[in-house]
Amino acid sequence: MGNEAIALGALAAGVNLVCGYPGTPSTEVLETVARRRGENTYVEWSVNEKVAMELAGGAAYSGARALVTMKQMGLNVASDPLMCLEYIGVKGGLVVLVADDPGPISSQTEQDTRTFAAFSKVPLLDPSSAEEAYSMVQEAFELSEKYGTPVFLRPTTRVSHGYASVSVKDPEEYAVHPVEGFVKDSRWVIFPKLSFANHRKIEERNAALQDVFSASPLNRTEPEDPLLSGLRRGVAAGGFSYTYVMEARRKLGALRVLKVSTPFPFPEKLAVEFLSGLDEVLCVEELDPYIERELVYICGKYGLKTRILGKMTGHMPRSGENSRDGVTAALAAFMHLPVPHEEADNPPPLPVRPPVLCAGCPHRASFYAVKQAMKGRKTIFCGDIGCYTLGNAMPLDMVDTCLCMGAGLGIAQAVNHLENDRSCFAFVGDSTFFASALPGVVNAVYNQAEFTLVVLDNSTTAMTGHQPHPGTGRTMMGDVVEKVSIESVLRGIGVTAVETVDPLNHALAVETVRKIADLPGVKAVIFRSPCVALFRAPAQAAVDPGKCIGCKKCIREIGCPALSFRDGKAVIDPAQCNGCTLCAQLCPVGAISGGEPHA
Amino acid sequence: MRKSIILCGVGGQGTVLASRLISSAAMARRIPVLSAETIGMAQRGGSVFSHLRMGEDLYSPMIARGEADLIIGFEPGEAVRQLPFLAPEGQMIVSSRPVMPVTAALSDTGYRAEEMLDYLASRVSRLTVVDAEAALAAVRSPKVLNLILLGAAQRCGALGLEAKDLKEAVRRLIPEKFHALNFRALEYTP
Repeated sequence: MGNEAIALGALAAGVNLVCGYPGTPSTEVLETVARRRGENTYVEWSVNEKVAMELAGGAAYSGARALVTMKQMGLNVASDPLMCLEYIGVKGGLVVLVADDPGPISSQTEQDTRTFAAFSKVPLLDPSSAEEAYSMVQEAFELSEKYGTPVFLRPTTRVSHGYASVSVKDPEEYAVHPVEGFVKDSRWVIFPKLSFANHRKIEERNAALQDVFSASPLNRTEPEDPLLSGLRRGVAAGGFSYTYVMEARRKLGALRVLKVSTPFPFPEKLAVEFLSGLDEVLCVEELDPYIERELVYICGKYGLKTRILGKMTGHMPRSGENSRDGVTAALAAFMHLPVPHEEADNPPPLPVRPPVLCAGCPHRASFYAVKQAMKGRKTIFCGDIGCYTLGNAMPLDMVDTCLCMGAGLGIAQAVNHLENDRSCFAFVGDSTFFASALPGVVNAVYNQAEFTLVVLDNSTTAMTGHQPHPGTGRTMMGDVVEKVSIESVLRGIGVTAVETVDPLNHALAVETVRKIADLPGVKAVIFRSPCVALFRAPAQAAVDPGKCIGCKKCIREIGCPALSFRDGKAVIDPAQCNGCTLCAQLCPVGAISGGEPHA
Repeated sequence: MRKSIILCGVGGQGTVLASRLISSAAMARRIPVLSAETIGMAQRGGSVFSHLRMGEDLYSPMIARGEADLIIGFEPGEAVRQLPFLAPEGQMIVSSRPVMPVTAALSDTGYRAEEMLDYLASRVSRLTVVDAEAALAAVRSPKVLNLILLGAAQRCGALGLEAKDLKEAVRRLIPEKFHALNFRALEYTP
């Protein structure tokens, strides 16, 4: 996997400290480090990306090599320390791994970390494959130390989650990076005067890096086939899209290609060489028209007549992920070749499959309990980022808002200030609680807001593949530690009404929500039940077809994927059922039995 | 030898593990492999696929329409969805058992697996339908459909791998206590 290659590359570079916060598609980098590290590497899941970036900065101040990992949304959280770190600079190598998500497949935005690199002035390497990612992470440490700056490594989903055969170093061949230790120096204290002086140096360095990158084998051009007639055309590509271009080129004829692996600072001299003599260039990239803008700028700066085509000219899609077929069709159109047409076929209508909460997921029971408790009341249910975002699906329909991690608390507070008669709820997962909900709780208590905080505590970071967090009592170094208690944290902030309940005990869960929701001020319900993907109950429930009256209440109310309706009766799929018994608890005729009791 | 293989199904059916087993088996034979798969939110009951390519001189793990030598369909509807990727002479292995989306159970808009299988039969000359209910009953576990399909794909020759290659991959990637069950599933024939 690309992410594993990145981890092994960092270990080969002698990385001393690795930290981050889970987020698809970046998560496996840190997990692989934890699994494969030697005793010289410290690793942790930090509480959020901002804290992780600060740890990584501290390590780099001390002369250590540090890797910090996150997805593109996490970079927003970490942007404050990173923007400043660029001005302060580093001593040990600091590589910031940010995985972007064209599509988006598992994210809220299609933001482009290449654009963030230009904004933050942090150099960025953009791998097209797992193999490149492996070597680039090692080069990134070298660059970081040589030029005293953090360096981005930015894979996208297909690079991070793509598998490839990559030759890697054996642990005996890994570099050992000695840590000098922190040396007191005024260079570590940011002041306007220092920032002014360093800003000038940063701009000079990045201008110099443009030339370094123009000469680097990271960026390269592929020559065109001299037999191609007509206008002289080329393609500029970066990241995973480069692989689509090279596959299409095999079929369509060899265009001149510029591969941009260092979008920032942009390899301007190389680009000028590439553009010379070309009439038209198509830019093939995902997310922002980054290469396209650079080439348009270069054409203006050097008075080149080359037409630059891409997203901004409508020749490539402005949003979403590229594909083999899409890029091949765009290149064919660009070359005025016949675009392969698809034969019309009429398959039977296919099922739509929105993602759903797993069978037996305790979040389903939690949402259902709140829904039942608040039936007929004027409410708002503010959701958050995690598996429980899926509580929006029918029939639960329990997510009225979802913005970014921790945002539900702020939204609920504001709605309450404006509409006192509305019962406001904010749902947050256990990992998200620690990552980004705490300032929202303090804010609500201090500013006299009124809302119910619902903590969905499944004792893991489930959506990203079950990472530990401060509430789990395990660290990535393998230590068993004292858990940070969500109840104690809330009480410490001043939330007096805090009740913990098992959501799979439906009647008690409903009663608890009713009681807490009617209390004034900020109050909290903690639904605690472990993720079914981690702790599967041994038992499965089954429907007694003799008793089932076919009322479909179980199907209509909770939308469990293990439940279906066949020949007038409810049926439970034994391959999916985890025996949570929620359906059994709401069956009006007691036709469902088995499973793990929660009464 | 270049091969392009698509595994498709519904999140939770084990397509990712099956894809990794093929990759691991091929890599053990020193065949270069590129693959890409669905990870993240779509894994929760959504449509999922893995693209897997083996051989020399490949740039992209992604497969173009009409390029797949083999499609392993874990679910009839999902196999239909991926059919445009199958090469004209490509092979398809498909499980007979539908997985109904929750939305279908809610609104009575379920679809019939037979209709999907008939459609596939009319379009795919080299089609193998695996009777999932019978197979799962025979190996005595509801959770190893992926290994049953993988075994069927291996036997039809479309993987270019031998049975022992897959067994070794199982030994490398799956905890020992599940080996016997997984071997049974790999070797299952109707």
